[in-house]
Amino acid sequence: MRRLMAVCLALACVVPGVQAHKPSDSYLSISVGDTGVKGQWDIALRDLDFAIGLDTDGNGEITWGEVRAKHGEIAAYALARLAVRGDGAPCAIEPGAQQIDDHTDGAYTVLPLAIRCANVPAQLAIDYTLFADLDPQHRGLLNLQALGLTRTAVLGPQAPAQTFELKAVSRWAQFIDYAREGVWHIWIGFDHILFLLSLLLPAVLLWRGRQAQHWQPAETFRQAGIDVLKTVTAFTLAHSITLSLATLGFMSLPSRWVESAIAASVVLAALNNVWPVLHSRRWMVAFGFGLIHGFGFASVLVDLGLPREALALALVGFNLGVEGGQLAIVAVFLPLAFALRRTAFYRRAVMVGGSMLIAVLAGIWLVERVFQVKLLGF
Amino acid sequence: MPSITARRFLPVLGLCLLFVLCLPAGAAPTVPASDAQVLERVPARVADPRVRDLQALRTAWRADPRNAELAVRLARRYVDEAAAEGDPRYIGYAQAALAPWWNEPAPPVAVRVQRAVLRQYGHQFAEALADLDAAVLAEPANAQAWSWLAAIQMVRADYSAAARGCDGLAPLTTPLLAAGCRAAVDSLTGHAEAAANSLGAALKAATDAGAEERLWALTRLAEIAERRGDLAHAEGSFRAALGLGVADVYLQAAYADHLLDRGRPAEVLTLLKDGTRADVLLLRLAIAAKAAKDPRATGWTSDLEARFAAARARGDRTHEKEEARFALELKGDAARALALARSNYAVQREAADARILLEAAIAARQPDAAAPVREWLTANRVESVALQALAAKLGAGR
Repeated sequence: MRRLMAVCLALACVVPGVQAHKPSDSYLSISVGDTGVKGQWDIALRDLDFAIGLDTDGNGEITWGEVRAKHGEIAAYALARLAVRGDGAPCAIEPGAQQIDDHTDGAYTVLPLAIRCANVPAQLAIDYTLFADLDPQHRGLLNLQALGLTRTAVLGPQAPAQTFELKAVSRWAQFIDYAREGVWHIWIGFDHILFLLSLLLPAVLLWRGRQAQHWQPAETFRQAGIDVLKTVTAFTLAHSITLSLATLGFMSLPSRWVESAIAASVVLAALNNVWPVLHSRRWMVAFGFGLIHGFGFASVLVDLGLPREALALALVGFNLGVEGGQLAIVAVFLPLAFALRRTAFYRRAVMVGGSMLIAVLAGIWLVERVFQVKLLGF
Repeated sequence: MPSITARRFLPVLGLCLLFVLCLPAGAAPTVPASDAQVLERVPARVADPRVRDLQALRTAWRADPRNAELAVRLARRYVDEAAAEGDPRYIGYAQAALAPWWNEPAPPVAVRVQRAVLRQYGHQFAEALADLDAAVLAEPANAQAWSWLAAIQMVRADYSAAARGCDGLAPLTTPLLAAGCRAAVDSLTGHAEAAANSLGAALKAATDAGAEERLWALTRLAEIAERRGDLAHAEGSFRAALGLGVADVYLQAAYADHLLDRGRPAEVLTLLKDGTRADVLLLRLAIAAKAAKDPRATGWTSDLEARFAAARARGDRTHEKEEARFALELKGDAARALALARSNYAVQREAADARILLEAAIAARQPDAAAPVREWLTANRVESVALQALAAKLGAGR
């Protein structure tokens, strides 16, 4: 024995990846509809054989006849180890006629469940103790469908009793979550903010190119406001289009390319303030580069993880969050800029100096992202 | 209530599993056509005395479940079954045998060592080491505890602790196993040549060593030679080990990797032709089939996908290394491979773990993600032609 054990040293026994089968799982599906609760429970024949003995003749083959003879015993054994409560009151569970299905590791009995609760529950509690005494590593993989939402949970000795709020994870709460992420992302996404600022800085000024080659203050708040509105709307429209296309999987671009292009867009927008090439139709710049920024937003949204059944909702929520965050920035920026527009400080230090600073910073990002090197500490 | 336990039935089960895997995924539940239809194969208690032995042991244990000696014996038998058949359910059965002590702070030493063995199966290395440290403190002559201690510390890349484990084991075991333990440590800490020489000498001297012991030593020797770039010796040792005729999944996987690295996928398809049962072998088969443009690649890849999905569904994270390689080499998904390889490297730090992290970081163009591997290579002066080449490639891409 000693020798054999030592042979195990640093061999496959330390690393369980060599296993062919998977550990024991059952698959419990429960759906809560307007008319009631029903379920289906797939339990491996191997596990049932270990627990109550299905291979009656002991020849190593479990036949349909042997399983069929034990249907009553299987149902009684399984249901003694599952309890469902709706809004705190126990629900009666009745087994249906069993069938057979195959999962990746063998044959399973399929046990239909009619679950009778006092009313359509708003809260479902599940106590699961199947095989807990025989195999502490057994797990019940729960798929719970309620009110159009699917959720999954892993039941087993590590968490034998679990409660699910069927109405708590409302669409509204989900929507708010994604909207909050959208706001947060625009606020911490310096590249997006700087791009937007580069386009907004000249909004309170007018370019007197032909006569004077310099910027003049805008006359009215309305004039500046319309310019801002056009720019922000164009940016929003553009990035909404690509954000949707990328999130829904219609288009995808390499992230290195996207991130580099975003940095380039900031450089160009900022330089355009110092040496204007495009002065009146900045909304077109906003639209063109907005398409690229949309791909950047999409990668964030994908990283957050998207609920399959509420994809559109997450998309709209996130997008509106981005817009909200953007408007908040505009709301702070525009009055300040408008008030300062006649000062040399605004036209020199902010407009020219600020734009140069943005261009330099974004230039460094561009180099970092194109060549995948780290130059800045952030 | 009869309880049934296992015995070897590999060919039948392999066929059965193949059949099951070939079924279309998501097949709807059905009612079998006849009572005689065989749905599942389990160990046959009538024909197999080993199954009856195990059953007798289980019956004795059930009558006296708090008897530590019986419980440990049963748990150990289940671990042997798991190793022989590759069915992790036995690890769960073994854990059930140790249930009265599972959450005890200080169970009897024999229980504690067995608990550590089961814990490391689930990659709970810290908990397993705590048990083993306590066991060798209480019983310095516990060879099993020392050998597991060394093995787990090797996986964690704590080579000084692994060396202490080898020192503890040396007086309690054969010279060959003692030399093998030491060579495993030395070969990764800047003394690969000396390690190869001493293990080679010990193997020559161990004329009475059994096939399993020789296989183990030859596998170590082949891995050390391969890391050193001594491919002729690696090939020779692998072949000598295979020639012993002992089925060993780890050896087959290691030799398959050697062949894949040398651009010899056709030989892998022959070597592993019966290996679709074990995930690690199926992975190599699928990679080889893809390289050899064998049409079976598609089916094997989707089988693997289903197995990884099943493991993920239950929250099992012990297959991340294999899944990372699957994502990188068969799915071409560098980002997913890198995430898995990083997560795996936080737990396991063997050469193969380092390699997949380097490869994924290169493919995903995220050199910084492999910084822990570069530190590991430098800090331990690891000699590995393949790993150093990957690290250099990664450095050049920065």
